[in-house]
Amino acid sequence: MNQKRHLEEVRWHGRGGQGAVLGASMLGSAAALYEGKYAVSFPSFGAERRGAPVQAFTRISDHAIRTRSQIYHPTTIIVLDDSLLSVVNITDGAQDGASILINTRKSAEQLPKMPASLNITTVDATAIAREFIGVAIVNTAMLGALVGATGIVGLDSIEKAIAGTLPEKIVERNIAAAQAAYRKIRGE
Amino acid sequence: MATEMSTRKFITANEAVAQAAKLARVDVVAAYPITPQTSIVEKIAKYIADGEMDADYLKVESEHSALTACMGVRMAGARAFTSTSSQGLEYMHEMLAYAAGGRYPLVLVNVCRSVALPWSIWGDQQDAIQQRDTGWIQIFTETGQEALDMVLQAYRIAEDHRVLLPVMVCLDSFIQSHTEELVEIPDQATVDSFLPRYDPVVTLDVDNPYSISVGGFGKHYAHWREEQQEAAEKAAGVIVEVGDEFGRIFGRHYRGLIEEYRCDGAEAVLFAMGAVTGTARDVVDEMRDEGKAVGLVKVRAFRPFPVELLRKVASQVKAAAVLDRDCSWGYEGALATDLKAALYGLSSPPAILNFIGGLAGADVPPERMKYMLDKALAAERGTTPHLEFIDR
Repeated sequence: MNQKRHLEEVRWHGRGGQGAVLGASMLGSAAALYEGKYAVSFPSFGAERRGAPVQAFTRISDHAIRTRSQIYHPTTIIVLDDSLLSVVNITDGAQDGASILINTRKSAEQLPKMPASLNITTVDATAIAREFIGVAIVNTAMLGALVGATGIVGLDSIEKAIAGTLPEKIVERNIAAAQAAYRKIRGE
Repeated sequence: MATEMSTRKFITANEAVAQAAKLARVDVVAAYPITPQTSIVEKIAKYIADGEMDADYLKVESEHSALTACMGVRMAGARAFTSTSSQGLEYMHEMLAYAAGGRYPLVLVNVCRSVALPWSIWGDQQDAIQQRDTGWIQIFTETGQEALDMVLQAYRIAEDHRVLLPVMVCLDSFIQSHTEELVEIPDQATVDSFLPRYDPVVTLDVDNPYSISVGGFGKHYAHWREEQQEAAEKAAGVIVEVGDEFGRIFGRHYRGLIEEYRCDGAEAVLFAMGAVTGTARDVVDEMRDEGKAVGLVKVRAFRPFPVELLRKVASQVKAAAVLDRDCSWGYEGALATDLKAALYGLSSPPAILNFIGGLAGADVPPERMKYMLDKALAAERGTTPHLEFIDR
């Protein structure tokens, strides 16, 4: 059913305070408000506190999304903090061919071994966020990298979602971070 | 169909409810914070502070006081709003019955959450179900859009002079309240044409003093309560009427007291309330694709209970799986009990399989819904009662 309906199921892993929930939200609004698709986003329904591992989710489809249950078999996994790789089973339930995007200074070869069926992309989003935003909140850089790696939505939609979500005074910097991460992934 | 001036937002159901309160031109909001309802009144407080909404926000010391304040607002002839969850709704209990008996046309949004003990902030419908007999109209919603649309309709239903009863609009915690989705926000002028200013039957008037919180004894009490029952029964028709008008104006149709989804020719049907019905639609589609004759009945109005409609659909199926996110301890789930009572006297009633699940936020994934429907498909008419907890 899910495959038939081209349902994208994105799972975000981060630590409390890194912007996973807002990242999931911006991805959803990019698809729903600016690409004519349907989307839902929701946080993991567990106790959340700064620094603790958290999850957030985005579903995107060309059809109305009616299912309200959790995401068990993601098509895309986004990891905002590579220290989670040794704490959380990041690839749990991943569909064959799922994309994994990891914020890390390491290359894919230097990371713990993951199933060969997954498409792994790494990006140093922390460095990009520090350079363009001035703080290590990486969600917008990761959104840019995600677009570069998967094309799940267009970069212009992400830019609009950032503008529509974040406080005005930090919009420009975050868009710049998303663009920089996008270019990095595309090798431009 | 969207109205010309409506806007689309990617927001949670809680924010959609806050938008609805604003569009309903509520005069006074009185509420006490409690998870997961809090973000509704936070948004409303912000609208008021930013000058987007012309209302007074009363910070009260408890939910009991919140509802009492809303009753006072109504007595003055104005429109009130409150929302709560779980322990807060329980703390209101005394005034819930008071408001219904006093025929206060209030609207309350309950973000359904489990009740303690064990302590849990997560979702089920135990809190709302426990208030079933307080006399409120109870309507369960599935999406953020339906929550917004039902709040607007709830004022029309409550304030209808044939009804004059309070309405509780229920949404589910987190899977609805904190889930962002596309919501069409209607424009103010269109909402104004659908929902005019409150036209009270009685208001407090210093020049014409009389008592509102009346005593009643013997025949007078009985007469009062009979009228209350009549009003609750009439509300069934008003809910449908208001829903039809809403559909004509806004283009979104909610099919009244219940919604049948692919029940034609179904052998087994799942009965459920709230946001889980969204998942159930996908499950029904998938099972139909596999050639299984299953359907879904989304029960929207729990009170007044849609007896005739449920009798009609249930009499055509072999078995009903009833999902209750609640339990009347020592018996079974409340929807199952009420459904059985509605089917009394049918010559060949369906088997009723009651599943208690989705308690305290436990996920009800598609596989578990398939399990319930498969079990119902395998059941024979008139089989012995079946009660099963499915979360473990």
